[in-house]
Amino acid sequence: MTDQAARLPEESTAIGSPDLTLTYESGVEMKARSQWAYARMRFFRHRLAVASLFTLIAVGLIAIFADQVALYGYDEIPLDNLVGSIGLAPTFHDWHLFGTDQLGRDYLSRVIFGIRTSFWVALFVAALATCFGTLVGAIAGYYGGKTDNLLMRFTDLILTLPGIAILLTASAFFGSGDPMRVGVILAFLFWTGIARIVRGLFLSLREKEFVEAAKAAGASDLRIMARHMLPNTVGPIVVTATLIVAGAILVEAALSFLGFGIQPPNAAIGKLIADGQGEGFSLWWLVTFPGLVIVVIALAVNFVGDGLRDALDPTQRRTRN
Amino acid sequence: MLTYVIRRLLYSIVVLIAASIIVFALVVKGAGDPLASLRMTPNVDQAGVERIAAEKHLDDSVFVRYGYWVKDATTNQFGTTLLTNKPILPDLWRVMRNTLQLVIIAELLAILLAIGIGVLSALRQYSKFDYTATTFSFLGLATPVFWLALMLQVLMVNIIGWTGYHIFPIASLNSVDPGSGIHFWIDRAHHLALPVLVLMVASVATYSRYMRASMLEVVHSDYVRTARAKGLAERKVTMNHAFRNALIPLVTVIALNFGGLIAGAIVTETVFSLDGMGLYFINALGTADPYPVMAWLMITATAIIIFNLIADIAYGFLDPRVRYD
Amino acid sequence: MSSEPILSIRDLTVEFDTEDGVVHAVTGVSYDLYPGEVLGVIGESGSGKSVSVMSVLGLIPDGRIATGQALYKGRDLLTLPADELRDLRGKDVAMIFQDPMTSLNPVLTVGYQIAEGIRTHNPSVKEEEARKRVVSLLDLVGVPNPEQRYDQYPHEFSGGMRQRGMIAMAIANAPSVLIADEPTTALDVTIQAQIIEVLRTAQRETHAATILITHDLGLIAELADRVVVMYAGRVVELGDVFTIFRSPRHPYTVGLMNSLARLEGDQEWLESIPGQPPSLVTPPPGCAFHPRCVQSQGRAPCRTEIPGLRNFGEGEIHLSACHFAEELAAAHIRVGTPAEDTS
Repeated sequence: MTDQAARLPEESTAIGSPDLTLTYESGVEMKARSQWAYARMRFFRHRLAVASLFTLIAVGLIAIFADQVALYGYDEIPLDNLVGSIGLAPTFHDWHLFGTDQLGRDYLSRVIFGIRTSFWVALFVAALATCFGTLVGAIAGYYGGKTDNLLMRFTDLILTLPGIAILLTASAFFGSGDPMRVGVILAFLFWTGIARIVRGLFLSLREKEFVEAAKAAGASDLRIMARHMLPNTVGPIVVTATLIVAGAILVEAALSFLGFGIQPPNAAIGKLIADGQGEGFSLWWLVTFPGLVIVVIALAVNFVGDGLRDALDPTQRRTRN
Repeated sequence: MLTYVIRRLLYSIVVLIAASIIVFALVVKGAGDPLASLRMTPNVDQAGVERIAAEKHLDDSVFVRYGYWVKDATTNQFGTTLLTNKPILPDLWRVMRNTLQLVIIAELLAILLAIGIGVLSALRQYSKFDYTATTFSFLGLATPVFWLALMLQVLMVNIIGWTGYHIFPIASLNSVDPGSGIHFWIDRAHHLALPVLVLMVASVATYSRYMRASMLEVVHSDYVRTARAKGLAERKVTMNHAFRNALIPLVTVIALNFGGLIAGAIVTETVFSLDGMGLYFINALGTADPYPVMAWLMITATAIIIFNLIADIAYGFLDPRVRYD
Repeated sequence: MSSEPILSIRDLTVEFDTEDGVVHAVTGVSYDLYPGEVLGVIGESGSGKSVSVMSVLGLIPDGRIATGQALYKGRDLLTLPADELRDLRGKDVAMIFQDPMTSLNPVLTVGYQIAEGIRTHNPSVKEEEARKRVVSLLDLVGVPNPEQRYDQYPHEFSGGMRQRGMIAMAIANAPSVLIADEPTTALDVTIQAQIIEVLRTAQRETHAATILITHDLGLIAELADRVVVMYAGRVVELGDVFTIFRSPRHPYTVGLMNSLARLEGDQEWLESIPGQPPSLVTPPPGCAFHPRCVQSQGRAPCRTEIPGLRNFGEGEIHLSACHFAEELAAAHIRVGTPAEDTS
């Protein structure tokens, strides 16, 4: 680490006081790095998380530039060669890498458009759930007492009813088809997780001395929450938000599969699988590939979330022996 | 302890009532007119439609309808379905029994398996077993339940195609003529094999990870060090001290996962065409009939409340620090 | 005190492999423990005082014992097969840990945990007999209502009572060696005094040789017969407690003594040792203490050569690892005196 031999200082002048420069130069002080630098270091040590990160970036790009990336339209039926295009197994011919469906539509393109929907909906859900959940959790945790009680009872109310059932009910009657509405309904399911975590964190942070010091200095509640406590909770919030993204992808797929979530004309991977199911089991790729894509994306998100958790939580034991 | 339980139950009833009001309003408002399609169909006796509307109070305000619902729910087996006038509760009981079979078997197996995997992974941290188990956990958590169910069906069909063997049935609770007594139950088990497998995957993935983490934490704790310092055999240290304590957080995880279980059950039953609560709910939603939907939600909510209460009591039983007396 | 040590640690080196490099937790540590005495091991956090003792008992699985011997009644503990070492633990050699709240299993009763220790080493002892023994042990260490307390859980005990329970657990099988690792650190000051008394009682009842690991000089002054001073994983001074307190021969010890608050005289500032403890991954060259040493002031041998232990005692053993220990005798250093036994 530090070069020990070369840096011997001259004799000190004052008698009776040690030369503290020795302390720094003889390898006693480790180079101080910022917290984020350490976190970044730790994250990049996880090869799986890094690989997943790149995968997700690729997926994100595909999602954003779906129109450019997909070789065919979502509903594009090749009318000039209809018979020859129906129900093709995956092939390199005409770049039908995922084959075609019962109407001759290129499946890879359909899946790409489905990814786009999933991608944006999941991000939207995570953002909305995180914002709302953090707000509720922070207020509950910071003020404690009656406010906390009230808010937690409210959360309990929501938790008492099975989430999926509420989702199905709500989307059956309110949000069918439209990605935005489905997103809002999904966020309604996911915010409680974040709220609970943030509440727990704020409850314990509230007791810490630096909060008392800030109060004594006359800082307003909002300032204390936003500037002092919130930064300390960013780690767990980010990790949980990542998990919400993964969860949202899976739940959205399930919803559209069951016919309650996003429906045509919007692209939805779950719907693709549902349609594929209708083909019996002969055109097996119709069911297989969209699901595989979901698995890969969800895996990647989970790995990244795991890597983030390790990176942001320095108390983990990592002695490898 | 008793006072705590009673207090919890009372509080839960209040929550249930509050929830029922909100959900009822949601369902009724959102469903719109359940007779809409009938009104628009030619050849349907519109007078008859109006009669049904009047009977079921479809034109009254939300509050009035809620009142009628409460009356029906408490006194009349949750009332009857809108169009077919079938009593709801008997149907609900039937499907609930079936779903319980599926869910209980799946959860019990999942818990046992997950505990084993989690403990072994923790004791052999970073070994091949650990990495394999972790990989499968991640896979399990990333796989959509409905897709896994479908894939298994595809697999079974293909196996039949290649080899002619029917390993596991892929649909419904029983064959057409399953016999009686033990034959019935063997047939049922045969049919439930795949659904149970599918339902287990997510649970095992979740529980084993938590068990592993909990075990790891406990194994490095001070009291395990004390046990070793006393000269206890390693086996006793692991079983008496580490394992017992590591189990405690798992109870909470299992309780929290109940909602996910229900979700998984709904999807699994749909794919495998099982006559259970999940399929019942989907169909009820399809008819836009508020009564079965409400009945279903109330029963499920009650189940959740009871389940959570049991989990809390179990937790207190395992961890003396938390007992309520 | 008889002349044969009951435990003899020779040239012990313990290292840990971590992501940041190899941590040299303990380097070349040697000291003896004689029957019936109390040996205090003093040092800061990270000085290696706990690791040296615990690795001898096989309680540090992550650490690598690079060299050394630990002779107990003629057997080298470091080469003993695992089950033989395990047999010694809790019977011949017993430990009292620092934090009794986390050191006791929260889901088992205190009585059960103590009885467990008894029955592990005496399998023939029945439950009621073990219970009786535990109750009398709890009584010995001063736990009131021991009959009822037997069936209580650790969280129902106060901090001081828990530590009494730990001490009872340790002396349950009448060990020959008792090791107390920071036994009072986690306790209130008022409770500390009580626990010191309990430790005295325990030592008296069992005649066990005791290793008292602490960073608290007051504890050493109260209980110890001899003292080992450790810094950065090495022994820097070793000797009789009075000698060490009255005329320390190592600048680190001097610094420790000077940092004590004094009752007599005027004191405006508390003295402290300047600087920080060194990294154990890349310790400073030469004497590990030299960057903070008032005596050294950067002189040559301190910066380049690791000082060995030399004896400065007249008629007794008083070791010091300092190149300029002679100067300490001559210099004007104010040192406090420990509360003297009037024996």
